[in-house]
Amino acid sequence: MQTTSDEVLIGRIANGDRLAMQVLFARHHVRVYRFVLRLLRNEATAEDVTSETFLDVWRQAGKFEGRSAVSTWMLSMARFKALSMLRRRPVEELDEEAAGAVEDDADTPETALAKKDKGAILRQCLTKLSAEHREIVDLVYYHEKSVEEVAVIVGIPEATVKTRMFYARKKLSALLREQGIDRGWP
Amino acid sequence: MNAADEREPNDIELLLPWHAAGTLSVREAQRVEAALAHDPELARRYEVVREELGQTIHLNETLGAPSPRTMQALFAKIDAEPPRRPTLSAASLGMRIGTFFSGLSPRALAWSASAAMLAILLQAGLIAGIVLKEKNATGYETASAPAAIGDEGSFALIRFQPLATAIDITKFLETNNLSIASGPSAGGLFRVRIGEAKLAKADRDRIVKALQEDKVVGFIAITE
Repeated sequence: MQTTSDEVLIGRIANGDRLAMQVLFARHHVRVYRFVLRLLRNEATAEDVTSETFLDVWRQAGKFEGRSAVSTWMLSMARFKALSMLRRRPVEELDEEAAGAVEDDADTPETALAKKDKGAILRQCLTKLSAEHREIVDLVYYHEKSVEEVAVIVGIPEATVKTRMFYARKKLSALLREQGIDRGWP
Repeated sequence: MNAADEREPNDIELLLPWHAAGTLSVREAQRVEAALAHDPELARRYEVVREELGQTIHLNETLGAPSPRTMQALFAKIDAEPPRRPTLSAASLGMRIGTFFSGLSPRALAWSASAAMLAILLQAGLIAGIVLKEKNATGYETASAPAAIGDEGSFALIRFQPLATAIDITKFLETNNLSIASGPSAGGLFRVRIGEAKLAKADRDRIVKALQEDKVVGFIAITE
């Protein structure tokens, strides 16, 4: 079965096709939401940013030039909105949410270590990375973005994308070591 | 941590996360594969990367999905937007062209290519004709194009075979002393002059029957 490409949907949305908008939303809203949720650490705010991102898709579809994949374009817009939202929010609020971290089914590090569940500890450490490191890890591993696409979304040179990912992984190793897990790298 | 661990990572090591995610180009992926095959330490580090990949996916998949409120809020805002007039951006034009060609069958696409090539050749011939005419002119001439083929003569409608090449079609026209009067019209039909004079029906039938035998002709019929 051949599905309508995202690019064709954008062309239809540019002409006011509401159904095409529904299809695009159904196809991408969960990933966009998860991407901003990992940055914002607040479900209600992440939902607002997701909704606003797709509203921008509706408004700007006519300007989409096809230089990148539609998903890359949308993640760029979502990221911009999420960062704008972060800048507007008071520091105390961010600290409280950071302390709460993102919902995860992982155990606390102590419990997980007791269970020798290395995977759960690794997931817990992934939530403790800085926003800059979280986003690059998610874009590469979960959103399956190439070096070039990450560079477009984050707005940095490709060489910086590679080194930032390297240092994000290095930080992850340091966090794991604090939890008593030595991966033998770096 | 020893001194070796402090060294700057090489390019291959930097690419390991993308190799694990399967987002490298074929050439880069082959470079990484070759390095992994010959470097046990790199291969061990690659396993660390693969573990991160799996747990990052696991973590994201447990984040849930937005509530229906997200979609409701979006479409409420979209409904409140002013109605828009159809636009034709550069991207959407490209997409439309792409969609149009992707919708054509290979036969139709081949025919369209032949027709387009024929049109180019006819234009080139026309220009060459003008140039040669000017070059050979001995006296004063007005700079006008050769007269178009009028309604005088006998005509047939021709549709060429989809896989006929422009060279085949040109040769066919020359060999049979045919001139394209107009076209292509809907359905890819060309109006071709088969005789400069008004021929009797029997003569036109004979010519059309003979032309029908040519491999480049898909359809041919007498027309006024």
